[in-house]
Amino acid sequence: MRTGLPRKRIAGYASRMSVRPGDRIDFMVSCEDVSDYAAEIVRLISGDHHPDGMGFVEEPVQTDIAAKHKGRFQQLYAGSFAVIDDIEAFRPVTDFTLQAMIWPTAPGKGRQTLMGRRLSANKTGFALVLDEAGALAVEIGDGKAIRTISTDTPLREREWAFVAATFNASNGTLKLYQEPVDSFNRSLAPNRREARVDGMKPATGRMPFMIAAAGASFGNGRLVADCHFNGKIDSPIAVAAELDRQAMESLRRPDCPLPTAILAAWDFAQAIPTDRIIDRSPFARHGRLINLPARAMKGHNWTGEILDWKQAPEQYGAIHFHDDDLYDAGWDVDVSLIVPGSLRSGVYAAKLTAGDEVEYIPFVVRPGRDQKKAGAVFLMPTASYMAYANERTGLEGGARIHAFTNHLVGLGPGDIWLNEHPEVGNSLYCHHSDGSGVCYSSRLRPILNFRPGITSAWIGAAGTAPWQFNADLALIGWLEARGIPYDVITDEDLHEEGFPLLDGYNAVLTGSHPEYYSKAMYEALVSYLGRGGRLMYLGGNGFYWRIAYHPILPGVIELRRAEDGIRDWVAEGGEYFHSFTGEYGGMWSRMGRPIHALVGVGMAAQGFDVSSYYRRMPGSRDPRASFIFDGVEDEVIGDFGTVGGGAAGLELDRYDRSQGSPAHALVLASSESHSDTYFPPPDEINNATAMMDGRQNANIRADLVFFETQGGGAVFSTGSISWIGSLSHNKCDNNVSRITENVLRRFLESERFVVP
Amino acid sequence: MSAEDPQVDQSRRDLIEEFRRKRIGRHSPDLRLLLNRMRMSEGKRPYILICTKPHREWCLGRKSGARGSEIEVMPEVIFHSPEEAEWEIFKRRWQELTGETLT
Repeated sequence: MRTGLPRKRIAGYASRMSVRPGDRIDFMVSCEDVSDYAAEIVRLISGDHHPDGMGFVEEPVQTDIAAKHKGRFQQLYAGSFAVIDDIEAFRPVTDFTLQAMIWPTAPGKGRQTLMGRRLSANKTGFALVLDEAGALAVEIGDGKAIRTISTDTPLREREWAFVAATFNASNGTLKLYQEPVDSFNRSLAPNRREARVDGMKPATGRMPFMIAAAGASFGNGRLVADCHFNGKIDSPIAVAAELDRQAMESLRRPDCPLPTAILAAWDFAQAIPTDRIIDRSPFARHGRLINLPARAMKGHNWTGEILDWKQAPEQYGAIHFHDDDLYDAGWDVDVSLIVPGSLRSGVYAAKLTAGDEVEYIPFVVRPGRDQKKAGAVFLMPTASYMAYANERTGLEGGARIHAFTNHLVGLGPGDIWLNEHPEVGNSLYCHHSDGSGVCYSSRLRPILNFRPGITSAWIGAAGTAPWQFNADLALIGWLEARGIPYDVITDEDLHEEGFPLLDGYNAVLTGSHPEYYSKAMYEALVSYLGRGGRLMYLGGNGFYWRIAYHPILPGVIELRRAEDGIRDWVAEGGEYFHSFTGEYGGMWSRMGRPIHALVGVGMAAQGFDVSSYYRRMPGSRDPRASFIFDGVEDEVIGDFGTVGGGAAGLELDRYDRSQGSPAHALVLASSESHSDTYFPPPDEINNATAMMDGRQNANIRADLVFFETQGGGAVFSTGSISWIGSLSHNKCDNNVSRITENVLRRFLESERFVVP
Repeated sequence: MSAEDPQVDQSRRDLIEEFRRKRIGRHSPDLRLLLNRMRMSEGKRPYILICTKPHREWCLGRKSGARGSEIEVMPEVIFHSPEEAEWEIFKRRWQELTGETLT
C-alpha cells in the first residue's frame, strides 16, 4: 500500500442479491484498520456524482439491525483444488504410486502440488509436485525431514504429459516418471529418476489427500490451501503399491481393471456439472472441489472429432485448476437483516460507515408474494453485473488501453483495493493468472464495481462513466423524480421463476447493458411479449451472450466465449459447451434467437470516449409513433447527458432486417457523428476494411426503434448504453426523458397495441 | 521509438494544435495515427490517473498492466479535468519522443 492513494478499508458482500419482505439477508464484512463501524439500511435513489447529474441520493430506512459493529479482517482464500475427506483411507501409506496426465499452464511459477498430503508444516506426508523450476518432483516426509527428488527437467507449458511417482518402502526407492505425450512431434524425451531414501517412511498428519493444492492450515475450522497447481489434471490415480510402468499404462484406460492395492482412481469425466469428483474404485473415495475449477475441459485423449462433452465425456476428463479461482469467499456473517414488511420494492444497500470510509452492499427488495405489483418493473441485469464483477481492464490494460479508449484510465478507491486484492477473484472479462479465460463468476465475494456512486476506471474520459449497476441507478432516480411507481426484480429471480415473475406487469424496463442471458431468462421475456407484455430496452449490446446459472450451487454463472463476438478471451475449440448445464455457449444470435427479432435492434458498435446524439428519422412521423414524440419538436435527440455527453454512446445497436428486425418496426431516430474509436464488433466484420470506424461507417449507429407485437404488446428500444445517463439532464426536462416517459406511460395503459 | 523516429513528424504543428483544441473524441486520421503511436510508445508503465475527488480532481500516476503491480503516484501533478490531463500526457510523450518541450 503506497501512501497518497485513496484507500478503501471496508469491503463486503451479501448472501443474496434479491430478497422479499420477511426474507433474511446476511452481510459479510472485512475491515482493514477499522475498529468499529456503523451499519444501516438505505434506499438507493441515485449514485451520480457527475456535476450535471442528480447527485448521490439515498434515504435511510428504519430496520432493527444493530447499529454498531466491531471491524475485523476476513481473509480471501483463492485457488481451486479437490479434497478427499476420507482421511483414514490414505493412512498409513507406505508403498505408493501416484500418477496422472497433466497439462501445466504455469510451470515454474513456484512450487505446485499435483496431488498428495501436506508435507511442509510438520514434515509429514507425500506428494507429487512441480518444483520451483516446473520439473516433476516427489516429496516424502517422515515427521523429521522431507526428502525430494526431481527430474530437473521443466515440463513444457500447455503440453500434455504423463507423470507418476512411486515409493517402495522396503527398499527405500523413490522413482519419477515424466513423459510428455504430444502428437505434434514437439515432445521432450521421457525422463525418469530414481533415488534411495533408506529407512524413510512417509508419516501423515491431519491434512487430507488433496489434488491441485496442498493443505496449509485449518483456519477457523476451514481448510486453507497453498502450493496451487495451474493447469489441467486428468485421471489422477493413487495406489498403495509400487506399480511398474506397464501397470501404470494400463490404468490410463478408463475401463481397465484396477489393482487390488488401489486407493482411488478419480474420473473427472463423471459428474461434470457438479462440484464433486468421482472415484471409480470400489472404495468410492469421492472428493469435493473447492472454488470451482473449470470442468468440461478437453482431456489428454481428446480427438478433435467431438466438440460436445456430453457426446464423449471420456474425452473431457480434465479439470483446469487455477490459483486465482474463487467461488464463495465463505466469510462469517457480520450483519443480518430480516427484511421488514414495510419496505416497498426497490434498490437498497447495507451502508457501513467508519469515519469517512463508507461501504455500500446493494441488494434488491422485490415485492412480497401477496403485494400488488406496480405497473412497471425494472429488471435489474444482475447476471451482467456478475459477468463484470471485479472487471480489471483499467488496472491491467497496459499501454494499449489509452489507444483503445482514447482517454486516460482513472482509478478510484475500489480499483485500488482490487489491485491490492487479486484474491477477490475475476470477472468474465479477465484472464486467470495462467492466461486462460475466466468462465465462472460468482456473487459470493466482494464485488467492487457493484456499488453506487462509482464509475468505471476506463470507460468515459478519465474513467468517469458509470457502468452497469451505478449506470442503472440513474433509471431509478428518474423513475422517482417522475413519480412513476415501480418494482425491482433481478435476473436471478427471472431465471428461477420464469415468465410468472413478469406476468401482471404492464411494462418491463431493462438496464443500460443487459448483455448476459440464460435460456430461462430469454424464454421468459419471449413469453411475456407473446402475452401482450411491453418491453422497454433502455440499453445497448443486450441479450448478446448466453450464460448458464449453476443448477445447484447458488450465485454463480458460467460463460463460454465461443465462436464470435467481442471476446476479451476466447474459448478453446472443443470447449464451447457449458459445464454447468451442457448447453452450447456463445452468442444468442447463433442459436436461433436473434437479438434483432426480440428487441428490433442488435449490436452494431462500441467505443468508449464520447457519446453522440440521435437525429429523428421518418419513422418518428408515423402516426403509430405520435404518442412517443408527443411534446417533442426537436430534430436532434439526446445531445446531452452524463455519460460521454450524449444519449447515444458506449455500445450501440441498430435496426437490421437481414438479422431479424421486424419488418413493421419503426426506426424513430438514428445516431450519427460517432468518433473514430467506435468500431463494429467482430461478428459484424466478415472482412476488414479501412472504412470501419465511426467517422466513415454508416452502420455505426444506434437506432431508436418501436414495434407492436401480435399479443397486443410492444417493444421500445434505445440501442444505446448511455441513454439512461441522459434522463436526468436539466432536472428531467429534456427530450430523452420526455420520449422515455411518453413510451412508459402508454405502455402502462391496458389498451392493446395492434400490429399494422 | 527514438527522437529521430520518422513516425513522429515534428513539423506537423497542425496535429498538435488539433489535439490542443480537442483532446477527447473524434480526431483526424493523421492525429489518430500519431496518438496511437505515442500511446503505444510508453512501454510497460503507462500513465494513468488516480481520481482524488469524483469528477473534479485527479493526480497523475503510472502502472504496468501486470496484476497487482505497484501504482506509482505523483501527488504533485494534479488535474481538474480529463482534458487537462490528456494535454499534459501529450506534452510529456512529445517531449520524450522528440526532445521538444511544448507549452
